[in-house]
Amino acid sequence: MRENIIYISYLISAVLFILGLKMLSHPKTARNGNFLSAFGMLIAICATLFERNVINYQLIIIGIILGSAIGAFLAVTVKMTEMPQMVGLLNGYGGLASALVVVSEYVRLYPTPTLYEISTILITLVIGLITFSGSLVAYGKLQGIVTGQPVTYPFQKTLNLLQFFVIVTGAIFLFMHPEHILWAGVICAISFSLGIFLVLPIGGADMPVVVALLNSYSGMAACAAGFALSNYALIVTGALVGASGMILTRIMCKAMNRSLTNVMFGAFGKVEASATAATNGKAKSVQGYSVDDAQIVLENANEVIIVPGYGLAVAQAQHNLRELADMLEAKGVEVKYAIHPVAGRMPGHMNVLLAEANVPYEKLYEMDQINTEFERADVALVVGANDVTNPAAKNNPGSPIYGMPILDVDKAKTIIFLKRSMAAGFAGIENELFYLPKTMMIFGDAKKTVVDMVNVLK
Amino acid sequence: MIFGEFLITLYILVLAIFVGFEVITKVPPTLHTPLMSGSNAISGISVVGALLSAGYGETNLATVLGCVAIVFATINVVGGYTVTDRMLKMFKKK
Repeated sequence: MRENIIYISYLISAVLFILGLKMLSHPKTARNGNFLSAFGMLIAICATLFERNVINYQLIIIGIILGSAIGAFLAVTVKMTEMPQMVGLLNGYGGLASALVVVSEYVRLYPTPTLYEISTILITLVIGLITFSGSLVAYGKLQGIVTGQPVTYPFQKTLNLLQFFVIVTGAIFLFMHPEHILWAGVICAISFSLGIFLVLPIGGADMPVVVALLNSYSGMAACAAGFALSNYALIVTGALVGASGMILTRIMCKAMNRSLTNVMFGAFGKVEASATAATNGKAKSVQGYSVDDAQIVLENANEVIIVPGYGLAVAQAQHNLRELADMLEAKGVEVKYAIHPVAGRMPGHMNVLLAEANVPYEKLYEMDQINTEFERADVALVVGANDVTNPAAKNNPGSPIYGMPILDVDKAKTIIFLKRSMAAGFAGIENELFYLPKTMMIFGDAKKTVVDMVNVLK
Repeated sequence: MIFGEFLITLYILVLAIFVGFEVITKVPPTLHTPLMSGSNAISGISVVGALLSAGYGETNLATVLGCVAIVFATINVVGGYTVTDRMLKMFKKK
């Protein structure tokens, strides 16, 4: 009877999680969906506490209070620009939690786990620990503790293969002698180091893909733990998270026109040096314009499309930009925002940053929606973005970003670039738009320039 | 575990993956960051496994490991849902 109630509760939780995700399909319903999902989690936790075997409540209460306090502190204090790090860290904790659960299970079943038990335990352990250490490195790279440059070293692939081989050998040995705790320890250690070695060679620019992929892994770890414990709640939920991470990984790869293998093993940043060197040879001149020049163009426009890039967030100019947009709208100009999928540092990051600055969500347009609109726009105002507007992605097969989908900024009647300097973008590639007669370059700190624009418009 | 039981589990897994793909492809790019933090929160479901590990009678290595797992899983649950709510609150209509 008790068992049945617990299983039905898990079913209800799973349904609530799915409904919660479904309600994320629109910003209007999303918040309630999140509540629903949280309620589902509460049901799952309460149902588990009801389990017959659970009798030691002291440890549980200590753990829950400690975890809640840390979690709440992180969630309340994190800045929106730091969201990729936060998600990265949580991916890692999810992986670690699943790994710890199965280690505990191994200790409990020791020395006689069945073949099924030991194999599910090992799979969870490997995925969970790779997720954990990989996420820590990703966190370090995003936070600037670890270098954002791709770290390469000789025999990189050989070393990874070797580690993989040790894990497989250890696993086969444990299948036959599940009581050899030393081998279990070796597998844990190597899984942990493999996670580090896999993420370290990936450049900072590719971290959005890595974070999405590790998101998926943390779900797979929970799912595998579900098999180890024969717990349906973990299996269903882990599968949902695994699927979600996979979809996001695919979207990010597509937005950068790279295959997952290329991101994982390509060490992207390395190509940059040669590409920059090659283009620097031709000396072209660019004409700088002033804020007053821009004001005339902006005020006389019917439609302005703003293209924000991460440089906007670095300069903390989101709020000023929204103010500028408000003033233009007050003068009868229609303002829209064009968001490239890799505009921020993780999927959907730019949207959150603009939402924080009170930009209404219906003004944010995806690449496919807005690209046909640029020909009608009088002005494309590019703030802190570069590579995502670069036509070289379309017409220069030699360019490292060739094939990447871009925003068709070049179709607008006038292009205004707010840029710190003439330095090339993230990928280190020149942008031919800077040299077009219809382009107005305004150099300087994005925040200062936007503030000046607001003042001039007043 | 008996093979039949394993098969049922496999059924559940495969169907859950399909549901996941169907539901999540409908999430608009605008909400992809909250989707990720929200899925962090629900991957904290390993708290269920952790509770079982920590809850067994005597205190030994297994229960202590379970307890540490509870801490990390709860960070995910509480941190994930709270930060997701913080973000979703900001998405407003004009």
